[in-house]
Amino acid sequence: MAEYMILICEDESAYATATPDVLQQVMEAHNRFSEQVAETGGKIIEGRALQPTSTATSIRGDVVTDGPFIETKEAIGGYYLVEARDLDHALQIGKLCPARFGGVEVRPIMVFG
Amino acid sequence: MTGSPRPDAGAGAGNGPGEVSAAVADAHRREWAFVLAATARVAGDLDLAEECVQDAYAAALTAWTRQGVPNNPGAWLTTAARRRAIDAKRRDRVLRAKLPLLIEPDPPVAASAPPGAGRAEEDEVIPDDRLRLIFTCCHPALAREAQVALTLRLVCGLTTVEIAQAFLVAEPTMAARVTRAKKKISAARIAYRVPAPAELPDRLDAVLTVVHLLYTTGHTAPGGDNLVRADLVDRAIGLARMLRTLMPDEREVAGLLALILLTDARRATRADPQGRLLLLEEQDRSQWDRALIAEGTALLPWALRGGRPGRFVLQAAIAALHAEAPSYALTDWPQIVAIYDVLLQVWSSPVVALNRAVAVAMAQGPAAGLAQLGELEAGGRLDAYRYLPAAKADLLRRLGRWEAAAQAYRDALALTDNAAEREFLTRRLTEVTGAPG
Repeated sequence: MAEYMILICEDESAYATATPDVLQQVMEAHNRFSEQVAETGGKIIEGRALQPTSTATSIRGDVVTDGPFIETKEAIGGYYLVEARDLDHALQIGKLCPARFGGVEVRPIMVFG
Repeated sequence: MTGSPRPDAGAGAGNGPGEVSAAVADAHRREWAFVLAATARVAGDLDLAEECVQDAYAAALTAWTRQGVPNNPGAWLTTAARRRAIDAKRRDRVLRAKLPLLIEPDPPVAASAPPGAGRAEEDEVIPDDRLRLIFTCCHPALAREAQVALTLRLVCGLTTVEIAQAFLVAEPTMAARVTRAKKKISAARIAYRVPAPAELPDRLDAVLTVVHLLYTTGHTAPGGDNLVRADLVDRAIGLARMLRTLMPDEREVAGLLALILLTDARRATRADPQGRLLLLEEQDRSQWDRALIAEGTALLPWALRGGRPGRFVLQAAIAALHAEAPSYALTDWPQIVAIYDVLLQVWSSPVVALNRAVAVAMAQGPAAGLAQLGELEAGGRLDAYRYLPAAKADLLRRLGRWEAAAQAYRDALALTDNAAEREFLTRRLTEVTGAPG
């Protein structure tokens, strides 16, 4: 098994304006996702949602700036660290991952030694 | 010499150096994919596998000169390369730990080793892993250009220099492309396997697309002076034949092979002795390769049966109608239009729509074709596609609308780099600008 990071990249403004109903659906989709990953034989090691980029602070050298490193319409809003057999399996999990206002990026975790 | 394989009852010592190097070159062309695919499974790493296979070919030159060319050069080379891989892994455990291994599926996928496809070598049967290799090279997580480069490098055994030349790319660019792709295969753990049945149609389509792209790149070079890059064409035909042998039940595989054979049957007639491009209607049909046409056509009845055919089978069916027609005018154009209609349903591509418009022009007259082209132009998806203004120019020319035709030829020229095609368009432009009224 290998580890992959699934980065969820979505339009933040869609969440800012979403109704409680929609947010409820998103929560349920993520709960369902956890079960689906197990059904594929994979494993979620960790999954977190991030506060929006408006809360981000960037540091380059000694300079501290308000805001994210790069301003984009779609930003990383959460991630899952998963265990999968290979890339095909990781992509299968990535396709199941909820991201109704954008998409996901699957990145292998680097192994040292 | 430990680690050096015993040749199976060689053809006898006394092969001259010329004969031996010819035998090695022949084995390179015929056996490279088999040898590398089998070695990759043992090496667990594509770079190591490539290195071992190259060493094995180098060793063959000496060994075969001394001991004679073995009866089964592929098995000899595979054994030699696999032993080297095993030795290298034993020698350097750090290396093995450093590089993520290509992944063996568990349980092994039986489909990758069709019965009788393996090769008996000494008392061991080496599984035929060529499908694993080509599916790995054409994995959708790799960019198309990387898939193409890897297929030529790993499945066909071309050097980076050769691949760079074929695609008119600087060598360092191509080298970087190949390295990046290999690195992604190991770092992202792209599995070394034939896809599961559920994924197979999409994954196979990617493989067939790559092979077809190789063919069309060789057939009409995107730039430069050679209309046909014969080597790329031959490689594509070789790959299509290989896939047909390895996947005899896949209709689209048969379709791709048929399409390539039927198109290639016209190779000798695509340009005149001065290298000028000749259109289908100008080609000398008596010079078409009847053996290739027969072989391609024979694949179709089976491939067309059982549900809606895929895009390669349908394109091959169109190519067969052209191949069988006594002349351009006497081609079964209504039937060709009908096949294009089905093709558009399975493959909604503006290029297909363009070709359909050309067939409509033949079946129903240039004005009808022109109307279809107008819709395509308005769609905007073919703005940079040189064959759209070229087709439009031709229909306008047939309608005697000289000025509009001249403008369309100029538009086509602005989009065309290929010398033979430019020459053709310029010739036509001169004709229509010199035409009366």
